[in-house]
Amino acid sequence: MTTTLSREQLARLVAGDIAPGSFVNLGIGQPTMVSNFLTPAQHVTLHTENGMLGMGPEAVGDQIDPDLINAGKIPVTELPGASYFHHADSFAIMRGGHLDVCVLGAFQVSTTGDLANWHTGAPDAIPAVGGAMDLATGAKDVYVMMSLFTRDGTAKLVPACTYPLTGVGCVTRVYTNEAVFLIDDDGVRVRETFGLTFEELAARMEIPLLRAG
Amino acid sequence: MLTIADTAEQAVADITDGSTVLIGGFGPAGQPVELIEALLEQGARELVVVNNNAGNGETGLAALIGAGRVRKIICSFPRQSDSQIFDAAYRAGTIELELVPQGNLAERIRAAGAGIGGFFTPTGYGTILAEGKETRIINGRGHVFETPIAGDVALIKALTADRVGNLVYRKTARNFGPIMAAAAGKSIVQVSTIVDTGRLDPENVVTPGIYVNTIVQINTGHPEPATMEENQ
Repeated sequence: MTTTLSREQLARLVAGDIAPGSFVNLGIGQPTMVSNFLTPAQHVTLHTENGMLGMGPEAVGDQIDPDLINAGKIPVTELPGASYFHHADSFAIMRGGHLDVCVLGAFQVSTTGDLANWHTGAPDAIPAVGGAMDLATGAKDVYVMMSLFTRDGTAKLVPACTYPLTGVGCVTRVYTNEAVFLIDDDGVRVRETFGLTFEELAARMEIPLLRAG
Repeated sequence: MLTIADTAEQAVADITDGSTVLIGGFGPAGQPVELIEALLEQGARELVVVNNNAGNGETGLAALIGAGRVRKIICSFPRQSDSQIFDAAYRAGTIELELVPQGNLAERIRAAGAGIGGFFTPTGYGTILAEGKETRIINGRGHVFETPIAGDVALIKALTADRVGNLVYRKTARNFGPIMAAAAGKSIVQVSTIVDTGRLDPENVVTPGIYVNTIVQINTGHPEPATMEENQ
């Protein structure tokens, strides 16, 4: 790959990595784009934490129903085989480890898979956590989609998070426009890079990186 | 014994100052708007409100907060693009906030209704929302102790009730309704339609009438009751 990935290409990459038959929760924002690239042949079932499995695409026109929304409060549709359940059941589905993959955005991820994505810690900010901590805690795999660098060029994959944590040791993969990182007990492994070499990537990061394979 | 109120005003008439009020809804879905408006008119003060959010726009829960009736809110996601009334009250120090991860909020409400004295959950472990709470390592994983949240009153919206208080909800508007109905001393439910007892398929009842104290029919423009004919 000679250039970094666009947001669409990144969403397509994540979608392609989701195993057929998976139950998946896509977080608000960039992760939601992944649903555009899931194929019918994958038979992926989407969960939305306000109480539904089998969520379909965003509703348009006459499909819009105020009683049928996703966790981002966007009107959505239901697919054949959908089910509804109350909030405690919905979070039991997450916390109980029944979801295969959850895809989330992040401010920072640490080398041990700690996630910070709910609060900047600014003293005047009104905190709001929603389902972020539950999502980070329960799924078998937690994938993060984020830009790798802040505007000033600082990497967001860090030795230790400086923002308040959402979950401890929960992230298993980080998808960025420059590279895909796998996090396990050995550390952070670079699965592939886009538009730069492993060495160029390593030079811009403060953490030790392992090569794939 | 179930009370069938004629109006939302009648349904909320007995709510007293200082009550803890569980209010259903996630965004617009399942929000008992007419009951909240009636509570605002009724005038009870010093309320503790439990809801996923802290009001949107200028109506409903936002209006209740704006009128200074809410002493404390227990919720997961207060800050939104249109939560300006809560934001102002919070910054002015006139409302107390207890921020709870959404799944812990739901499970704490469920625990209250189920008679559970608390539970250990991995959600929130190692975060600032677990500070000061008891923790335990269970099967090698950190857990936080969370306590039940019971209400004096619950305000809930469902689609259909029968005359013994059995409830059926509609799509994602179900959200907090079933667990709040069980967790409150008095559950007040607004429904689009009240049908004769026997017309709801017992297999499809979501909230059994034992959890429901008062129902009131408020036509919110949703015409189709969830009767057995509908479901077959």
